[in-house]
Amino acid sequence: MEILVVGLNHKTAPIELRERLNVPGEDLPKPLEMMGESPDLVERMLVATCNRVEVYAITEGRAEAAAETITDCLAAYRNVAKTEFVHTLYIYTAADAVRHVFRVASSLDSMVVGEPQILGQVKAAYSIAQAREATGIILNNLMEQAFHVAKRVRSETGIAASAVSVSSAAVELARKIFGDLTGRSVLILGAGEMAELALRHLVDDGVRSVLVANRSYDRAVTLARQFDGRAVTFEGFRQEMVGADIVISATSAPHVILKKEDMQAIILQRRHRPIFLIDIADPRDIDPGCNEVDNVYLYNIDDLQSVVEANLKERRREAERAEVIIDREVGVYLNWLRSLDVVPTIVSLRQRVEEIRGAELQKALGRMGDLTPEQREAVTAMSQAMVNKILHQPMTELKRRAALQDGHLYTSVLRRLFGLEERQK
Amino acid sequence: MDHFLFYLALLGYLLGTLHYLLYIASQRAIVGRVATYATVAGFGAHTLSYIFRIYALGRPPLGSVYESLSFLAWAIVLVYLVTEFRYGNRVIGAFVLPMVLLAGSVAAALPRRIADLGPALQGAGLWVHVALAILGNAAFALTFCAGLMYILQERQLKSRHIGRMHFRLPSLELLDDVSLKSLLFGFPLLTLALITGSIWAEHTRGSFLPLYGRETWSILSWVIFGGLLYARLSAGWRGRKAAILAIIGFCLVLFTLIGISLLRTGRVL
Repeated sequence: MEILVVGLNHKTAPIELRERLNVPGEDLPKPLEMMGESPDLVERMLVATCNRVEVYAITEGRAEAAAETITDCLAAYRNVAKTEFVHTLYIYTAADAVRHVFRVASSLDSMVVGEPQILGQVKAAYSIAQAREATGIILNNLMEQAFHVAKRVRSETGIAASAVSVSSAAVELARKIFGDLTGRSVLILGAGEMAELALRHLVDDGVRSVLVANRSYDRAVTLARQFDGRAVTFEGFRQEMVGADIVISATSAPHVILKKEDMQAIILQRRHRPIFLIDIADPRDIDPGCNEVDNVYLYNIDDLQSVVEANLKERRREAERAEVIIDREVGVYLNWLRSLDVVPTIVSLRQRVEEIRGAELQKALGRMGDLTPEQREAVTAMSQAMVNKILHQPMTELKRRAALQDGHLYTSVLRRLFGLEERQK
Repeated sequence: MDHFLFYLALLGYLLGTLHYLLYIASQRAIVGRVATYATVAGFGAHTLSYIFRIYALGRPPLGSVYESLSFLAWAIVLVYLVTEFRYGNRVIGAFVLPMVLLAGSVAAALPRRIADLGPALQGAGLWVHVALAILGNAAFALTFCAGLMYILQERQLKSRHIGRMHFRLPSLELLDDVSLKSLLFGFPLLTLALITGSIWAEHTRGSFLPLYGRETWSILSWVIFGGLLYARLSAGWRGRKAAILAIIGFCLVLFTLIGISLLRTGRVL
């Protein structure tokens, strides 16, 4: 019995290849069924996203043969020649396989480390496999453990704490200024694509009131309508800045449209309420001197980029902490797996019963006073015979079951019933 | 008994301080919860120690520097815990609790014999005055911490070089709000303290002119924080300027307090 991972991801295979091998969610059951026809793959599941196509399996036979079967299935199902992708495959077994599954679920193996979608994708893939009864006790346990590890990594490290795109960095900064963005208002200068993208992020985060100012008023009206906002004349934007909390500037003006003096006048009218200016125009729309005005926070595209860089660096640092957690969890999992092995279970069950027999025999002999050697012999023999008779049936059954698929179930129940776990510790 | 409980409280505050600091370093939710539990436990022990001391003394324990400092620590924790529960933010604790620990430790180092107060220093009016003044200044301690954090966060945002602290600190909005609310809470208390103090002074000494350092301290604190409140409410001061004024004001009040205590060799605050 072996845990096996076969797959390719964004590090090993180019996007065209990943696209050709990708399996859309609703089609996942079919390759699972194909793989199920092979007696090697006792348990199996398939994770397919735009960045990875991977099979997690439990095999009975040789891992190499099982990996071969998986490769054949993928090739046949997606109609791609094996030679085209076989060199991009990674194959992991045992501890390496467990570590890989944990790292994927915890988003350490992602293209953008810490991105949150992968966990949901793995969960979805798992529940599809589970619904088709393609998974069993080992894979179920492995996945439960992987979700637990992912949760730990998420809560104990800052791996996903910070924004790693320019628009989300802008939202994050806005939150550090205003706290909750619900009910805040945003003013957009210029109605281009960049402005729209930034606006989308803010609106998703709760910003309700949207004002659009553009040189062409018609375009302003169109964009405003998309966000339930209001178009205002471009000439009047300084007046509108008195009421807005966030200003995104993305006009194609060849020169600065907001000078420091303008900003000073506006902040007075705002009674010093903070304002967040985001200048994503090239060339710049807003005089950099505006940042010197109290309660004004000005970020241009380069500043946002450097925030993203800093966040990425922070993520990498946190990822190192996450690896330590994963190492520890892999160890815990492998210990559990080993305990399912039937031979040590039989040995420790024998030991346990033997100890009890020995202790009880001594007690009984002590109470019985003077016995002849023959009598002692007879009592001892009786205790041995009883133990052997009682253990005979469970031992035989356990050995027989060990060769079958649900053998692990029997060992784990037996260990619990006789309290063998505690004794090992 | 009250001394034992007081040390227990200090232990709680020590654990609280360590875990709040660890919390902002590690961001682990469980560490934050431990910090809160330790602080609440310390606060409980502290409260009990007070009840025992009231029994032992037959009067509120506000007669010596030890007692007053201990009460200040207790009041800051009270104000802080209310803030933590209201805002659901634990980061402020990393700034407030070290202060509590300091006040408590200094108190612990001071002589603890029960002060023999002359008849001039007795009477309910005095106790109310002292308790209100300390409670008011405990609120200002929170204003001070929020101000300090505001300055740190604002500097990061302005410089556009986002360091690791940036993610730990609460938003400017929240810090400014804590700063204003604590001011709005503390100032009426201090005003009441001054009124009761004057009434008491006139009643016992026939004059409400402040004669004791304690009263100078209260008046200075009242003027500074009253000025800050006025600037905030009427002149629309907020953010950095308000934070700086709160920091300067609190330091000034603290220095005066320490100076007076040293001069008067620790009889009455």
